[in-house]
Amino acid sequence: MKKLSKLMEDLGRHFEKGARLERWYAVYEAIDSFLLGSNTRTTCAPHVRDGIDLKRIMSTVLIALLPCVIMALWNTGYQANSALVQLGLAAPEGWRGQIMLQVGCDPASSLSNLVHGALYFLPIYLVTMLVGSIWELIFNYLRGHEFSEAFLVTGLLFTLTLPPTIPLWQVVLGISFGVVFAKEVFGGVGRNFMNPALASRAFLYFAYPAQMTGDEVWTTVSGVSGATPLGILASAQPGQAMQSLDWSWTQAFLGTIPGSMGETSTLACLLGAVILLITRIASWRIMLAMLIGAMVCASLFWLTGDGSNPLQEVPPHWHLVLGGFAFGLVFMATDPVSAAQTATGQWLYGLLIGFLCILIRVANPAYPEGVMLAILLGNVFAPLFDFFVIEANIKRRKLRHG
Amino acid sequence: MAESTQDLLTKSILTRNPIALLVLGICSALAVTGQMATALVMAVCVTLVTAFSSLVISIVRFQIPSTVRIGIQIMVIATLVILVDQILKAFYFDLAKQLSIYVGLIITNCIVMGRAEGFAMSNPPVASFMDGIGNGLGYGFVLITVSFIRELFGSGSLFGVEILPLTSNGGWYLRNGLLVLPASAFFLIALLIWLLRTIDPNQQEKD
Repeated sequence: MKKLSKLMEDLGRHFEKGARLERWYAVYEAIDSFLLGSNTRTTCAPHVRDGIDLKRIMSTVLIALLPCVIMALWNTGYQANSALVQLGLAAPEGWRGQIMLQVGCDPASSLSNLVHGALYFLPIYLVTMLVGSIWELIFNYLRGHEFSEAFLVTGLLFTLTLPPTIPLWQVVLGISFGVVFAKEVFGGVGRNFMNPALASRAFLYFAYPAQMTGDEVWTTVSGVSGATPLGILASAQPGQAMQSLDWSWTQAFLGTIPGSMGETSTLACLLGAVILLITRIASWRIMLAMLIGAMVCASLFWLTGDGSNPLQEVPPHWHLVLGGFAFGLVFMATDPVSAAQTATGQWLYGLLIGFLCILIRVANPAYPEGVMLAILLGNVFAPLFDFFVIEANIKRRKLRHG
Repeated sequence: MAESTQDLLTKSILTRNPIALLVLGICSALAVTGQMATALVMAVCVTLVTAFSSLVISIVRFQIPSTVRIGIQIMVIATLVILVDQILKAFYFDLAKQLSIYVGLIITNCIVMGRAEGFAMSNPPVASFMDGIGNGLGYGFVLITVSFIRELFGSGSLFGVEILPLTSNGGWYLRNGLLVLPASAFFLIALLIWLLRTIDPNQQEKD
């Protein structure tokens, strides 16, 4: 470690102001801060007591995402292995099959599930990180910005919201759109009014709906169709919606259902939520408000159902464990940059997203997955909420103090 | 400061494009750029209407009382638009059906009004006519560029001729559904504006 530190310091001299490689300082800084800590100290008072900075916030989010990542690997593998066993096959086709022959495809074995899932998760993740970093590099190089750890989170979030069968070239297009259009055109990290990971997913959702929705994309074994619970519910016979599901509430809560890789397990999202709330990185107001908004909307639909729309028969507690609701609530809506900043604004923002999410799910059968669109809409409204809250505050104080 | 005819014709294409610099006429630019054929017809229609309305308004500019000038300008423009609409319906009925209300809506296209009010009211007829043609060309340039990208990557064809064989017809190209939606024109126009303002920093707005 000491040697590495010495080496980076020696290299650093070439990147200083006026040195030969000055223009590449952003790249050097990125590698340096990724490998080593900073040895700059605050020299003049007052000192901020809390040592939390962007880097530590982002690292904490990454740790909070770990349960979801593990569950993503396990469930992707589990769904694939189960489908293989049903078909009576020993291993899938292609290069993944060669590797899986060594491990064996057994849905009861966690190791086999994890390895099988990783064979799908890792290529998508690596492509996302590589392409996203190249865009970041280009913009940081041109603008002389420093690299930010925020992209580590964006890349992981984006990967977790994709179906395992997504073609890699679509991953490239999606993350490019998200990084350039949702983040860099507005000035980079901290200035984006939309969540770049969600913008990337929305791009793919509208550009290539056949690879993002439907029955075929959730299980990696070709020819096996397995719709997500929300997809099944949307096309169920009215009056028998809940009977048409093969899964119990507990299974949906644990996440052994088909869906986007990271979103299926409500339990994993809850573990992440605990970490984010204890460290006070995510706002509890947004989480609670979104929960209340969704519960109110879901209860209204459930109580007023007239038997014509199968999704109206879904009881409120089921809405919480289906689709990307939990994942969106914990990780997407609470993104500190694109969410509302004021306390009242956060309540309104959360309520709006929760309400919209269930509204889109139930009232528009074309989009049974409403969380993504609801959060993007919430992002758009967040600055407006903040503006009115601040205006109202200024007015109140003016009245009080004259 | 009188500009030469050449300047009036060409400057509106890149240096002061009505869509990219003035951000006028966005609505129709979103609506008709799904296919190159409709974009081309729309561009021609707008060019003709802008040119002739500028010409007519410039000829009678000393007779127009300034209190009712907007009404008179609208009347001239509306007459020309109805003329264009009828000609399209008579000779190119299929295209007219595809363009539906957007030909009629040229009346409300800010570029036409903008040129009439901003240029034709204070310049001689020939210069106004050239200015109208130039602005029409600028509008057409953006429309054709956007519709080229949208039709090529959204539908795999150009002017309805298949260029990239689609997977739905047994080819290899998977069409991009977003580019078929009008909203995609926002992104493309934004990219075009970005490109133009990077090449020519004079167009950038000061904070």
